[in-house]
Amino acid sequence: MTTTNDPDMIANEGHGASPGASNGALHDAHHDVSYLTPKGGFWATVWDWATTIDHEKIGVMYLCAILFMFFLGGMLALLIRLELWVPNTVIIGVEGDFLGRFIKHDSLAEAGNTFNRVMTLHGAIMVFLFIIPSIPAALGNFFLPLMIGAKDVAFPRLNLLSWYIYVFGAIFAVSAILLGGVDTGWTFYTPYSSAVAADHANIVLMVLGVFILGFSSIFTGLNFVVTVHKLRCPGMGWFDMPLFVWAIYATAIIQVLATPVIGITTLLLVFERLFGIGIFDPNLGGDPVLFQHFFWFYSHPVVYIMILPAMGIISEVIPIHSRKRIFGYRAIAFSSLAIAAIAFLVWGHHLFAAEGPLVAVLFSALTFLVAIPTAVKVFNWISTLYKGSIRLDTAMLYTLAFLWTFSVGGLTGLPLATLATNLQLHDTYFVVAHFHYTMFGGTVIALLSGLHHWWGKMFGREYAERPAQIGFWLVFIGFNLTFLTQFILGIHGMPRRYASYVPEFQQLHQISTIGSVILASGFLLHLLVFVHSLVAGPKAKPNKWGGLTLEWETSSPPIEHNFHHEPLVKHGPYDFDDFVPPQCDPDEFARPDPPQEHPPTP
Amino acid sequence: MSSITSTPASGDTRPYHERYKPADHFRSRDDEFDAVKFGVWLLLATEVLLFAGLFCAYAVFRMLYPEAFANGSHHLNWKLGAANTVILLLSSFTIATSIHNAQKGQIGWLKFNLAFTVLCGAAFLVIKGVFEYYPKLSAGKAPGIFFSYPFATDPYEPIWWGIYYCATGVHATHVFVGICLITWLFIRAHKGHFGPTHYNAVEGVGLYWHIVDVIWIFLFPLLYLIH
Repeated sequence: MTTTNDPDMIANEGHGASPGASNGALHDAHHDVSYLTPKGGFWATVWDWATTIDHEKIGVMYLCAILFMFFLGGMLALLIRLELWVPNTVIIGVEGDFLGRFIKHDSLAEAGNTFNRVMTLHGAIMVFLFIIPSIPAALGNFFLPLMIGAKDVAFPRLNLLSWYIYVFGAIFAVSAILLGGVDTGWTFYTPYSSAVAADHANIVLMVLGVFILGFSSIFTGLNFVVTVHKLRCPGMGWFDMPLFVWAIYATAIIQVLATPVIGITTLLLVFERLFGIGIFDPNLGGDPVLFQHFFWFYSHPVVYIMILPAMGIISEVIPIHSRKRIFGYRAIAFSSLAIAAIAFLVWGHHLFAAEGPLVAVLFSALTFLVAIPTAVKVFNWISTLYKGSIRLDTAMLYTLAFLWTFSVGGLTGLPLATLATNLQLHDTYFVVAHFHYTMFGGTVIALLSGLHHWWGKMFGREYAERPAQIGFWLVFIGFNLTFLTQFILGIHGMPRRYASYVPEFQQLHQISTIGSVILASGFLLHLLVFVHSLVAGPKAKPNKWGGLTLEWETSSPPIEHNFHHEPLVKHGPYDFDDFVPPQCDPDEFARPDPPQEHPPTP
Repeated sequence: MSSITSTPASGDTRPYHERYKPADHFRSRDDEFDAVKFGVWLLLATEVLLFAGLFCAYAVFRMLYPEAFANGSHHLNWKLGAANTVILLLSSFTIATSIHNAQKGQIGWLKFNLAFTVLCGAAFLVIKGVFEYYPKLSAGKAPGIFFSYPFATDPYEPIWWGIYYCATGVHATHVFVGICLITWLFIRAHKGHFGPTHYNAVEGVGLYWHIVDVIWIFLFPLLYLIH
C-alpha cells in the first residue's frame, strides 16, 4: 500500500533527502542529549515527563508504577504470612498474644473475612497491576525500540495514553481497597462476585478497574506488534532480532488477542451486579461455569503474558554473560510463538472439576503440550552455557536462579495437569507453590535479572555489585524457603485461602514465614542498592557487558532519539565469536577468533 | 500522527496533505500509513474478540433456554432492525467512497460522504433508542432485575433481554464512537487536511466503521430473525 503514486513525491520522502521533506531531527543537537536531561526547572521537568511521548520515559514511568504496586502487593503478602505463623487467626484476629490483635475484630467470622480480603487484594494487585504490565510495559517499552534500531514505538501517543489508562485503572482498584476491599479471590468467581450483597460498590470498582487496565494492555500490545513489523532498522530481518524482541512480540500477540475477552467478561460482570442480567448468577438462571470459562480464556494466556518476556530476558542475559552465541536461536524464537499459540488452548485446566471427563482429558492433554516448547527453551539455554566464559554477576546469578526456580515451577505443573493427581492437589498449597515458582521464580527473578543487566543502560549509573549479590542470595534463599515448604504443605493437604490450620502444619508454615521475611529483606537491600546507584553510583559505560545488540551502540543512558546515527545491522545479535562489541574496551572482552584456516585436504 | 498545525509554514504554500510530514520515527509517509493501517486491523481483531464473548453468551443461553429466546425475539420488530441494517450498509458504502474521494482529492465529495455517514449513524441510534429501546423499556421489557413485563411466559426471559441490551448496547456505543470519529474527520476535511498524499485517519476510521457494520450484520439475524 502506498499513499502516493507520484514519483517526485516519493523521491522527496527519502530519509533526509531534501530539507523540505526530511524529518531533520536525527542529527538535531537538541535531541542528542540523554533522555534524562531535565527540561528547565522542577515543574517544567515534571510537565515534560507527564506529557512525554518518548518510549524511554514512558518505560521508566511504568517501572516506577509497577514497583510501587509490587510493594503494595508484597506488604499484603507479608501480612498473610504473618497471620499464618500460628494455627489460629491471631494477627488478623480476635484473640492473641503475638503482636496482640494487630487488626482487631469482634468475631472469628469477621477476622476470616479480613483475611480473605487481604488475600484477594494481594492476588489482584500482583496479577493485574504488577506482573502483567511488569516486563513488557517497563523493560519492553524501554528496550524494544532500541533493540530493533527504531527511534520510538509505532504509536508514541497511544503509548502515553496506555500509561495513563493504567494509572486510571489502578486508581479504581486502589479505591476499591480503600473502601474496604473485596473478598472474591482475585478470579472474581461468581457467585462470590455476583450474588453477595455486601461490597457492592467495591466489587464494581475493582472489576471496572480490571476492565480499564485491559485497554492499557491492549494498546501496549498493539503498539509492540506494529513496531516489530514496521520499524526494524535497515539490515534487521526477522531472524536478526534479539530473542527478547521475539518474546515481547509473542507476548504482544497474546495481549491483543486475549485481553478483549476479559474486557467483555468484566463488563458483563459489572452489568450482572448493576442490573442483575442473570448471565453468571445461578439464582437468576445464569451459569457460573460460563464465567470460569470466560475468565480463564483470558487468564490462562495471561500466564504466558507474564512468563514469555521473562524468557526473553533470560535469552539475552545468558549469551552476553557467558560470551557465547545462543544455542538454537530459531528454536527459542519459534518456541515463543508456539507457547503463544498453545496458550489459547489450555484454559480448561483451571476447571477440571467443573467439566465433563472427556473435556477434562482433552484439556489435560493440551496442557502437557506446553511443556514441549518450554523445555526446548530450557535445554537451549543450558546448552548455551556449556563451555561458555561465564561471568557470575548479579544478572547472571538471577538467570541461573531462574533456570532452577522456573524448572521447579514448570515440572510441578505436570502433576497438576495430570487429572488423577490434580484432583488430589487442586486448591491446596501445592498449587500456590507451583504458580509462585513460575510467577515469582520465573517472572520476578527474570525482571530482577533484566534490571541488573540493563540498569546502567537505563539510568547511566552503575550499581554496587557486591551488595546486589548479597541481595540476590537473600532473595533466592528467602524465596525457596517460602515456597518449597508450601509444596510439602500442599501434598499433606493444607488447603489454599484459609486463615487457620491444624497445628501439625505449624512448623512448615513458620519456615515459610521466615523465608518471606528474608525475601523482603533481600528486596529492601536491592532497593537501597538502586537508590544508592542513582544518587552516588559511578557513571555507566555505554557497553558494560560487551553486548552486540543495538541498545549497546548508543550512550548510557540513551539519547532522546535513541541513536546518534541510524543503525545498520551487519551481524547477528549474539555473534560474539566473529565481531568486537561496539563502544567498549576491546581488551576487556575476548577477541574474536581469527578467521579459521581450513587445513588443505590431503 | 504529526504535531504540525494547519497554518502554513513560512514560505510553504502547499496544501496540508502535501506538506504533511510523518512522525520522526517513520522513514516515510508510506511507512506511517502502513503502520497506521496495520494498527487499526489489530484493533479490529480485538473488536471481533470482544463481541465473540457476547455471541458465545448468546449461543450458550439460547441452548439453555430456547423458549425464552424464541419468545423474546418475537417482541423485536424485524422491520426496524432491517431499516437499521439498510442504513448501516448505506453508511458503509459512503465511508468507503469517502476514502476514494480523499485518494482522488475530491474534497467536496469527501465532506459530503462523511456528513452522510454521520447522519446514517445518527439515524441508526435514533431508531435504536427512540423506536426500540424506549417503548420496550416503558413496557417493562428491561434487563435483569428491572424486568417487569407482565405477560412473559418463560421465567428466563429477563436473561434474553439482558443479552439483547448488552449486545446491542455495546454495539450502539461503538456506533456512537464512530459518529464522533467521523465528525472529527469532517472537521479535518473541512480544514483541508486530507488529500491524495495523506489520508491515514480516513482510512483508519473507515476500517473501524466497517467492523461496526459487520458486527450488526451478525447481530441482526441472531436477535431479530431467528425464532
